[in-house]
Amino acid sequence: VVARNKRVITAAAKKKKKTPHPLYPGGIFQNTLLYGKSVHLLILLFFSIQDLSLPNGTPVDTSSPASSSSLLNRLQLDDDLDGETRDLFVTVDDPKKHVCTMETYITYRVTTKTTRAEFDLPEYSVRRRYQDFDWLRNKLEESQPTHLIPPLPEKFVVKGVVDRFSEEFVETRRKALDKFLKRITDHPVLSFNEHFNVFLTAKDLNAYKKQGMALLSKMGESVKYVTGGYKLRSRPLEFAAIGEYLDTFSLKLGTIDRIAQRIIKEQLEYLVELREYGPVYSTWGGLEVELAEPLEGVSACIGNCCTALEELSEDMSEDFLPVLREYILYSESMKNVLKKRDQVQAEYEAKLEAVALKKEERPKVPTDVEKCQDRVECFNADLKADMERWQNNKRQDFRQLLMGMADKNIQYYEKVCGTA
Amino acid sequence: MEDCLSKKIEITVSEAEKRTGRNAMNMQETYTAYLIETRAVESQNEGQCSPVDSLWRRYSEFELLRNYLLVTFPHIVVPPLPEKRADFVWHKLSADNMDPDFVERRRIGLENFLLRVASHPVLCQDSIFYSFLTQEGGWKEMVNETGFQLKADSRLKALNATFRVKNPDKRFTELKHYSDELQSVISHLLRVRARVADRLYGVYKVHGNYGRVFSEWSAIEKEMGDGLQSAGHHMDVYAASIDDILEEEEHYADQLKEYLFYAEALRAVCRKHELMQYDLEMAAQDLTSKKQQCEELATGTVRTFSLKGMTSKLFGQENPEQREAKIKVLEEQIQEGEEQLKSKNLEGRDFVKSAWADIERFKEQKNHDLKEALISYAVMQISMCKKGIQVWTNAKECFSKM
Repeated sequence: VVARNKRVITAAAKKKKKTPHPLYPGGIFQNTLLYGKSVHLLILLFFSIQDLSLPNGTPVDTSSPASSSSLLNRLQLDDDLDGETRDLFVTVDDPKKHVCTMETYITYRVTTKTTRAEFDLPEYSVRRRYQDFDWLRNKLEESQPTHLIPPLPEKFVVKGVVDRFSEEFVETRRKALDKFLKRITDHPVLSFNEHFNVFLTAKDLNAYKKQGMALLSKMGESVKYVTGGYKLRSRPLEFAAIGEYLDTFSLKLGTIDRIAQRIIKEQLEYLVELREYGPVYSTWGGLEVELAEPLEGVSACIGNCCTALEELSEDMSEDFLPVLREYILYSESMKNVLKKRDQVQAEYEAKLEAVALKKEERPKVPTDVEKCQDRVECFNADLKADMERWQNNKRQDFRQLLMGMADKNIQYYEKVCGTA
Repeated sequence: MEDCLSKKIEITVSEAEKRTGRNAMNMQETYTAYLIETRAVESQNEGQCSPVDSLWRRYSEFELLRNYLLVTFPHIVVPPLPEKRADFVWHKLSADNMDPDFVERRRIGLENFLLRVASHPVLCQDSIFYSFLTQEGGWKEMVNETGFQLKADSRLKALNATFRVKNPDKRFTELKHYSDELQSVISHLLRVRARVADRLYGVYKVHGNYGRVFSEWSAIEKEMGDGLQSAGHHMDVYAASIDDILEEEEHYADQLKEYLFYAEALRAVCRKHELMQYDLEMAAQDLTSKKQQCEELATGTVRTFSLKGMTSKLFGQENPEQREAKIKVLEEQIQEGEEQLKSKNLEGRDFVKSAWADIERFKEQKNHDLKEALISYAVMQISMCKKGIQVWTNAKECFSKM
């Protein structure tokens, strides 16, 4: 056991070499300790819970979704996410329109390349539609409720306002779906989920879906946290902080979304005027002899300005706004996970209290309470690990996004400068 | 180029001041007065500054001067004054005549006007102009004494001539069309430019909101905080930069406006030509009909229908003495008419010659000025782009540190 844990620590420590040393002066996460240490400590804790037997020797039956040994293996395999030792690659591309009697819809090609043992073949190529992605996400939420599941692009679009089959819309959606699968691929737990596996490999997904439904009704979801009505005593500081952070975060993103939309609107109105402005110089040039050339020049320059501006607005619409919206959706789903965590903790506290009140002989510690305790601790561990990963990814995503925005603007000005 | 006034003295309109006074109807009014300063240019640099003469004038006096010049030198394309009221404004600019920005731009325009007149080979020699610059009191009376208002052609007469003239010089007809089109295209341009400026202002200013929200967002972030905060600052800089950019562009608009008004001056010269030509044609026509009359009376043949002819047929012809007298009068008139026609012809030809010379001078000036204006506009745009690149590069750097 000790040897195993040692390896895990190293793996975790290696993973952290890229994250800047997070010493937050007076920060909210102070009691969580430094991220790096916290993750590996939690993993230690997790394993100690797993491997510890009860005082009387009875092994604890945990209903945690990931069993210890396989989790360990996965962690070892997945220790470096730089792509050097990555063993699973997924891409979404090649959108195609299908016209049937009942409906018209788009499918995307999902290509998988892997060396993982969980997959029978090294390569797969299947076609999926949005419905299938939606199904996958629901399955993941059900089967991995303690983890943060990445968001999907919005399901419903107002018909008539947006053309569901326009190139821009389909491309935006494709990028978002690709991001969705890549985020799952990068996740050390989610990427091993069996539903994910089937999604990537099955020729006929619908058959599996039906089968899954039947099984479900028979067994009943083992990991369905159907808790409710328990009042939470005290939320641990770090989770309260995460909740507050997410609230403010999605608020700010919403504001930025509105600002960006406003800018695009103003830019388009500016474009309208520019389109009238340029030709007037041409008309004037037609009147003149000596001045004809410079006037034509100005007219052409303004024309180029228009084209460049159009590109800028389009890029902002297609690349910038969707990512913002995605993160807002992400925040929403994360808040739901936090709520579930609260519920689990509340249940545990309630049951613990009930036991304490009974004050009967304690021959065996009721497994019920232990189960709850496990749940709570698992949940907390998973959540913390995911939060940390999320924060990192978010930082990278936004860094890329905002740099991209800056770049686009720079390109615009350079284009205009060139022609002027 | 002859020795222009502009080479001998330095002229500036250096200040503007709000004044209150009583107008002709004894009602209180507020107006702006402008300080004109003149100083002799030292031909030798002795290191001593010649004294500065100065006097105050208001816009209406400038107008009076210009009207005088228009009437006195109808063959010259007289430089225009800056606009009386703020036109082609976009939302941030004020349409108020008392607005300090408007007054400032007008001050520059008035100075420009004086410099243009002073550097014109013909106009600069006019004494009234010189007095305008140097004699504070009694100038108005001096101008009115020249009686120029009486020489002014009535608008109605000019309009009439435009419609009825038969053989204007082709070059003037072309020039008239050109100046009409120029007026139309420049005013269209100015109107659209104002709208463009308005929209551009909006785009820049909304970016300022980024500054605020990035700042708020940075408060809840750890590693991303600093990058966001400093990027936000750059967004504020970006939003603020548009004010200076658009102010510079106003100068460009003013340069265009000058030529918009110059088109009107061109038109005035064409109108004068039409008027003179029409006058000439009328005189020639009159002469021809008189000669015909004379001939008819002399030969007794009636070539064309005339009331005289009818009445003489009906009531009998005049007696020989009456006819002789009439012929005599007519012959005198014809004599006069021929002399007048000759001098009018000469006048007309002189006018065409000197007007065309000034028009050529004007064309060169226009091409030169507008080319420079367009170049400086392009430079402005390039500079605006460079600033944009700078700001976004800075922002990008901040983002990269996130």
